Amino acid sequence: MKVLVYCEHSNGRIKKGSLELLSNVVTWPGVEAHALVLGAPGTLAGLLSQMESHAPHTVHTAEHSALAHYSPEGFAKVVADAAKTLGADALLATLSAQAKDFLPRTSVKLDTGMASDCTSVSMEGGKLEAKRPMFSGKVSASVDFGNAKPAIATVRPNALGVKPEKMGKPALNALTVDPGSIRTSVKEIVAKSGGAGKADLTEAERIVSGGRSLKNSENFKILEDLASVIGATVGASRAAVDAGYRPHSDQVGQTGKTVSPVLYMAFGISGAIQHLAGMRSSKVIVAVNSDPNAPIFQKADYGVVGDLFTLAPAITEELKKAMH
Amino acid sequence: MLQTLHYGRKLCYGMSFPDSQTLEQCMKIFVCIKQVPDTETKIKIAPDGKSADMTGVKWILCPYDEFAVEEAIRFKEKNAGATVTVVSAGPDRAVEALRTALAMGCNEAIHVNTPESADSFLNAKALARAIEKNGPAHIVFTGKQAIDDDCAQVHQAMAEFLNLPAVTVVLRATYGATIQLEREVEGGSLEKYDLPTPCVIAAQKGMNEPRYASLPNIMKAKKIEIKKMTLADLDLANATSKISYKQLTLPPDRGSCKMITGDAPAAAAALVKALREEAKVI
Repeated sequence: MKVLVYCEHSNGRIKKGSLELLSNVVTWPGVEAHALVLGAPGTLAGLLSQMESHAPHTVHTAEHSALAHYSPEGFAKVVADAAKTLGADALLATLSAQAKDFLPRTSVKLDTGMASDCTSVSMEGGKLEAKRPMFSGKVSASVDFGNAKPAIATVRPNALGVKPEKMGKPALNALTVDPGSIRTSVKEIVAKSGGAGKADLTEAERIVSGGRSLKNSENFKILEDLASVIGATVGASRAAVDAGYRPHSDQVGQTGKTVSPVLYMAFGISGAIQHLAGMRSSKVIVAVNSDPNAPIFQKADYGVVGDLFTLAPAITEELKKAMH
Repeated sequence: MLQTLHYGRKLCYGMSFPDSQTLEQCMKIFVCIKQVPDTETKIKIAPDGKSADMTGVKWILCPYDEFAVEEAIRFKEKNAGATVTVVSAGPDRAVEALRTALAMGCNEAIHVNTPESADSFLNAKALARAIEKNGPAHIVFTGKQAIDDDCAQVHQAMAEFLNLPAVTVVLRATYGATIQLEREVEGGSLEKYDLPTPCVIAAQKGMNEPRYASLPNIMKAKKIEIKKMTLADLDLANATSKISYKQLTLPPDRGSCKMITGDAPAAAAALVKALREEAKVI
């Protein structure tokens, strides 16, 4: 069985989620793992060494000037062509803004089925098995891909975990690339201010989140201080975002981001169903709230009833000690 | 349907325009919407374990599609001659969501009957065919995902079937000869695109502020005839889904919450100790 893993990269680094996914696929019995990278000519050579610690059978490179900037059509076609040429049985990618955007086009080009945001994937008896959440995570569904070939799936970051190293030197295959007609592509990226260096919420391993009880945006500094001690990204509930304390891109929840960190700490968040929908797959949930009846305590693993304005700084101090 | 050059006037979709206006100004805007369970709904699993039990569910227009409907109507309000056709693929109950969109200000509605079990591939194909048969489309708006299956695939899949370019998770659009778009990606960063028409645009929350339908408009919407199409009408009688779900389960119970007590310093110390030694996440 051949499984092709689309590996996304930016600024010369392969995305963490892509390596996590690759590290899993290379351990699947009976599976020949292949990796695929796209980019402008001369930009892909530096990525190869990053894949040696979870070495696939072959790394396929697709170099073309039209791939210098992301475009849904260009990327969809090149990835479709690569999967078809390889005869891949499955085409996988880490769930990202880019992969979730172009892979549906790829699925139509290949006349095949796709499952998004899977929390588990494996190969059983020559078929791709996957589970994905539905109804904002209230239900987990096993996918039947039928005769779909290649079966396409995007996998939620941190869902599988990085497997131990499997060193090797993959073979290299430079693909012939025809990006087709590209009618729109990224002209410019405007980075969010203050966002540099922090993991995106959807990829973060640790998240510290605040609700409306923070009372204003300045108070969120208390959570930023805590977050920086443990390398966490700061999130917010819808109430805090609607009140203007944090931007919408920080919102965790049904109409915000779905996150799956190892540690999720919620300060002053009551735990409405819509918020839980966004963070319920966190491995460990900590809730701090002054209301002992807050619904979030039903879903948390650890809870502290009290004033977040005294507890958060106290926890920050304890974490500083613990991190040394 | 376009009929041209009739006694010096051009007829477009039953409306007539003086010579000075071109056919291109007769812009057909489409909005694809989905009816989904209300966000508060507690989902039950059917006895066969293959689907969700929908009895007693309160149905709403998908929140992300509301932004799409609003954007389409605003475009119509700014472009004389533009019309908005709202389309939904789904079972009969989807008609209610179409009525909501009509009440907001869409001109006409099409219901494409697809089974409850239809996947993104089938729904995207059905929507694309329906738009082709009722088009041509100048812009197709839709929401960035449906909050029932959370697949977020139909927008680009439908665009591929229509052979149109598409940009999704759009926070802002400025309409000119081409459309200047801002799309949200990781970290809240924005990608800028220049999108030619015809095209597909999938709205992100915050693209605009959807209007509330007034009671008079709700009453008017009840009287608008909704065009019904079946898969057979779209030459898709034998079309099938590509994926299905073989088992639905409720997520495992997390177990009870360990409550940590004491004054702030004591509770903080106990919590961090537990996170380090017990949960092993620090």
